[in-house]
Formats: sequence, C-alpha cells, structure tokens
Amino acid sequence: MADKVVLLSSWASVFGLRVQIALAEKEVDYEFREEDLFDKSSLLLESNPVHKKVPVLIHNGKPVCESSVIIQYIDEVWTKGPSLLPKDPLQRANARFWTDFIGKTIYPCGSKIWRNKGDAQVQAAAKKELIGILKQLEGELGERPFFGGETLGYVDIALVPFSRWFYTYETFGRFSIEKECPKLMAWVRRCNDRESVSKVLPDPHKVYQRNCGLKKRLGLE
Amino acid sequence: MAPEKAVVLLDERVSPFGQRVRIALAEKGVEHEYREEDLTNKSPLLLKSNPVYKKIPVLIYDGKPISESLIIVQYIDDVWVHGTPLLPTDPYERANARFWAYFVDKKIYDCGARMLKYTGEAHEEAKEEFMENLKLLEGELQDKTYFGGENFGLVDMAFVPFTTWFYTFEFYGNFSIEKEFPKLVAWGKRCMERESVSKSLQDPLEVYELLAYLIKKKYGKV
Repeated sequence: MADKVVLLSSWASVFGLRVQIALAEKEVDYEFREEDLFDKSSLLLESNPVHKKVPVLIHNGKPVCESSVIIQYIDEVWTKGPSLLPKDPLQRANARFWTDFIGKTIYPCGSKIWRNKGDAQVQAAAKKELIGILKQLEGELGERPFFGGETLGYVDIALVPFSRWFYTYETFGRFSIEKECPKLMAWVRRCNDRESVSKVLPDPHKVYQRNCGLKKRLGLE
Repeated sequence: MAPEKAVVLLDERVSPFGQRVRIALAEKGVEHEYREEDLTNKSPLLLKSNPVYKKIPVLIYDGKPISESLIIVQYIDDVWVHGTPLLPTDPYERANARFWAYFVDKKIYDCGARMLKYTGEAHEEAKEEFMENLKLLEGELQDKTYFGGENFGLVDMAFVPFTTWFYTFEFYGNFSIEKEFPKLVAWGKRCMERESVSKSLQDPLEVYELLAYLIKKKYGKV
C-alpha cells in the first residue's frame, strides 16, 4: 500500500519549510496543504489540538506535530534516503542541542525586530541579540561546509529557512547580516546549491512583503 | 573488557531537570560521579561544559559534555543500549513521546512557575493555563500505567519530578490536584514505586519549604 503523506503548513513558516526540506531530501511524495493561520482548517485543529499550529505531518492518517519531532520521525521512517541526524550518539545529541537552541532563540528575537511598534530601544537590543545568536552559530559551524559535516543535516535544515527571513530582519532593523556574519552567509549559499533547499525556500522579498502585510493587519505599524 | 569511561553529572539536588537525568541513569544502572553545583558560584567545569546556557544538568561522558535534560536522557538511551529502553521502538510512538516531553517543558514548567511567582490577574491567568495543560496531560495518560504504556519512559521522566511540586502548586494555586486530576496523582504514586524515581526525587514538603523561601525572597510573596 502506498504511503499517504500530507503536510499542513504555510508557505512562509520557517518551521514548515524545515519539514519540506527534510521530505525533499528523502524524496518523499506528499500533498502540501496551505493553511490560513487566521482561519485554521478543521483538519489542522483536529490534528494538532494541543498547539493548533503548523506544521503538521499526517502520515497514513496519523498526525505528527512540532517540526523537530517531525524531522526526526521522517528520518526514522524513510531510512533509504540520506540520514538527517548523525548516527553517533554524541553528534546526535549535539545536533539536537543546536536545533533546540535555534528554535528557542531566532524566532522570538527576530520577531522583536520586525514586529516592533516604534520602540527603538527594544529593537536595538533585539538586533544586538540576533547578531550574537548568529555569531554563536557561526562559531559552531567553524570551518565545516555544513553543520552536518560534509552534507546537509538536521541543524542545517533547522536553520536555513530563517535565511529567507534575514531580509525582513535586516530591512526593519537596518543592518546587514552579510556584514556581521559573512561565514554564515557563505553557508547559506552552499545550502542553496542543494535542490531540496532552493526548490523549497521562498523568495526573501516575498517573505518581506508578507510580513509587511501581516504587521499592518496586526496593527503593529 | 574495555575500561569504563567516566560518567560525571553536574547537577543541583533540587532541580527537576537534573532529577530527570538521575532517574534515567538509575534506570540504566549507569555508575556515575555526582557533582553538586552551587548555582550562585558556578564551577569552571560547568561554565566550560555548558558555555551556551551555563546551566545544569550537564552529563560529561568520557570528557565530552551534553546539556539540556531531555537531550541528555535521549543520549543516555542511545549510548546504554542494553539497559531499559527509555523511548519506544516504533517511530510514531517515539514522535509522540518526544512531543509530550517537550510539552511538559514548554507548557507545564512555564505556567506553573508563573502561577507561583505572580499575584492578581497574572496569577489567575497562569493558573488557568496550568490547569488546562494538566488536563491535556491527563488526557494523554488516560488509564495507562505510564505515559509510555507499560514501559516507564521519556515522558514519565520529564514530568515526574514536577509531582513533588504538586503540594507547592496546590498551596499557591489554592486547588487540589488530586481532586482535579486523580489519574495524574495515581500515576505519580506508581512512578514513586520505582527505585530510580524515589531515590532521585525530593520530599514534597522540602520542595515547598525551599520554593516558599525563594518566592518570598525574590517576589515578596507569601
């Protein structure tokens, strides 16, 4: 019986994009269903009753929620494709650590930059914090081509969707991530060479337009 | 036989996050050296081993540090493969276990702590959220022996340290967890029958005394 895989997500969701990259790396066929986050489908609400958020992967009718949990699930089910997590327990723990770090830090910090409503001090502090976080990640990357070593791995997949939000952060925050973190931007370009990344990730300008619209809609201008 | 590599746990006796790791090590029968950290005066080893967060617990195995309690527990499961499995073998059940373990971290600890710290409206909001989240957790447990079914596992380890905080939550929240969530309380008692749990956790009254002292000191709340 063929696998039926459905992904409930939103085209600009960094967390959903991670899952899309993972599915592409494993060459898994799936149906993408775009969710309107202001008018969530009954399927989404039923599939993720706890958080009511995207992404949700529905595999043969069974939902899996939380992007980091979904990616590990994909890695464990579709074993024929490249391994997304390292096999070595210590490297695996390290990959989980940095993915968890990325999940806890970039999104809330970035939000304080672009969702800012006229509070220059908060925005300036958030900008400094974001640069600090990205430099820390640059340090962790070191001289390796990818966080996963020679190839794209769990941490790369967790981080690279945020690169499409850099333009938003830079424009609202008035700074250049290329200038502050050139090694990280070189890593972004290496990731973009992979089809699983370049075919999945949206245009940063499109993301920026979407965020401008969202900011207006939320009354944050 | 290869010589045993050293296992060191940097921890703080009352930390529920550290307790998770202690339970996991006990479940697997892993001999280790326990080092108590003074969190007001962190050791150079802790600062070197967890430079990102500078927090306990940190497990150091063969000189290599691992941080974040749920990551450490999964690491222990990956390394000491011959002991009791801490996660299920089926990928879907593993995903479910990870989901609920992270739920405990994101949803239980945060609003529980806010309920203890705040007064007035902020307290009421936190309490409502806390009760809602306990309800979700009890809904996941249902009538199973453990969150892992017949097997004590990751979710049980993630949540059980907080059962020793129930008395404190009840005192500051002015409600009875036993009355509202009897299945959770019964599950807590079943977990305490495991030596790995009873030896790792603190007495609820000791927890209350310590938390009451800290809450009064930091937030002026009695």
